[in-house]
Amino acid sequence: MADKLQFDLVSPERLLFSGQVDMVAIPGAEGDMGIMAGHAPVMSTLRPGIVNIDEAGKPQQRIFVRGGFAEVTPKGLTVLAEFTVPLAELDAAALDREIAHAQEDVTDAKSDAKRQAAQEKLDHLKQLRQVI
Amino acid sequence: MASLKDLRNRIASVKATQKITKAMQMVAAAKLRRAQEAAEAARPYAERMDRVLANLSAGMAGRADAPALLAGTGSDKVHLVVVATADRGLCGGFNSSIARLARTHIRKLIGEGKTVKILTVGRKGRDALRRDFGDKIIRSWEFTGIRQIGFAQAEDISRAVLELFEAGEFDVATLFYSKFVNVVSQIPTAQQLIPASVPAGAGGGVDLGGAVYEYEPDETEILKDILPRNLSVQIFRGLLENVAGEFGAKMSAMDSATRNAGDMIKKLNITYNRSRQAMITKELIEIISGAEAL
Repeated sequence: MADKLQFDLVSPERLLFSGQVDMVAIPGAEGDMGIMAGHAPVMSTLRPGIVNIDEAGKPQQRIFVRGGFAEVTPKGLTVLAEFTVPLAELDAAALDREIAHAQEDVTDAKSDAKRQAAQEKLDHLKQLRQVI
Repeated sequence: MASLKDLRNRIASVKATQKITKAMQMVAAAKLRRAQEAAEAARPYAERMDRVLANLSAGMAGRADAPALLAGTGSDKVHLVVVATADRGLCGGFNSSIARLARTHIRKLIGEGKTVKILTVGRKGRDALRRDFGDKIIRSWEFTGIRQIGFAQAEDISRAVLELFEAGEFDVATLFYSKFVNVVSQIPTAQQLIPASVPAGAGGGVDLGGAVYEYEPDETEILKDILPRNLSVQIFRGLLENVAGEFGAKMSAMDSATRNAGDMIKKLNITYNRSRQAMITKELIEIISGAEAL
C-alpha cells in the first residue's frame, strides 16, 4: 500500500482539509464507503455523518459533515459539504444544552416561519448528538 | 466676503471631515482584505461545484426528465429579479450602478409584457427600487447587524427563492450583483440562476482515464440534490463579490473624498491668508492716513 489518496474536504466558506492520506471513510447516501487510492470514479451524495480520515502514523481524524456530496476521480477524492465540524470540537454536554434551548425555541415560536427555523436547528443539533 | 472667523471655522470643519474620510478609507481597506480572503476561500467549493454540475448536466441535456431547476419551466412569463447591493452608502456609485442595471432590465421585461417580481438583498437596493417598483418587491433582506456574510445567509435567500419556484411563482430568476474586478473597478452583472446556467468549458476538466462515473444514487437523484445547493453557492458567491466590491468602492470613494478635502483646505487657507493680509494692509493704511492728517 504505497499509494496515497489525495483528499480534499471543502465547505463553501473554506478549504478544510487537503492532503495525502491512506483511506477515507465517507457516509454515502446508500451506505458508507471506504475510499483508497485507485478507487473507481464515483459520485455520491452524502447523508449527515462522519468522515473518517486515516493517515499512517497519525491519529484518525473524524469530521462531521452535513449536506454535500463526494466525487472520486483518478486524481483523488473531493468531498463538498455545506456544514462541517471536527468531532474533537464537539462536547456532548454543551450539545445537550443547545438541544434543550432549541427545543424551547420551537415551543415558544410565535410564527410559522420562526417555528420552522427553530425546528430545523433542533433537527440539525439532534443529528450531531447522534454521532457522538 | 466671509470674515476671518468664518474662514477659520470652515477650515477646521473641513479638516475634521478629512480625518473621518481618511479613517473610513483605512477601515474599508482592512475590511476589503478580509472580504477578498473570504471570496478566495469560497472559490474551491464553487469551482468544484461548477465542474460536477457541468459533468452531470452534459448527460442530462435534452432529456425529458431533466429537473425544472436545470431545464426551466418551459415558459418565461414571470421573472424573478434578485437584486443584491450593500447595506451602507458612501461607496461611490457602487449601489446605484447595480440598481441602474436592475432597473433597465426590469423596464425591458415589463416592456415585453412580462410579470416581474423582485427580491432585494441589502438596504440600499431596496431603497433605490422602492420608488419605481415598490409594489413588485416581495421580500427584502438586510445584513446590517452581521459582521461577515456567511453561507447561512446565502442559504436563507436561496431557500426563499426555491420555495417561490416550487410554488410556481416565477419561471426565470436572475441575480444582480457587482463583480469584483479590482479595487477601482466593479462591474454590475446579471446572472441567471434558474434555469441554471451551466458554465461552458468547465466540463471535461477531469480526465477519468477512460472510466465512467458510477453514480450513487442515480444521476437524476444527484442532480436534484445538487441543483438547490448550486443555487446557494451562486448566491453566496454573488454576495461575497458584492462585499468585496462594496469595500473596494468605498475605499476609492473615501480616497478621493480625502483628496478633495485636502484641496479644499489648501484653497481655504489661501483665501484666509489673503483676507488676513488685506485686513492688515487696511489697518496700516488707516493708521498712516490718520497720521498724515495731523
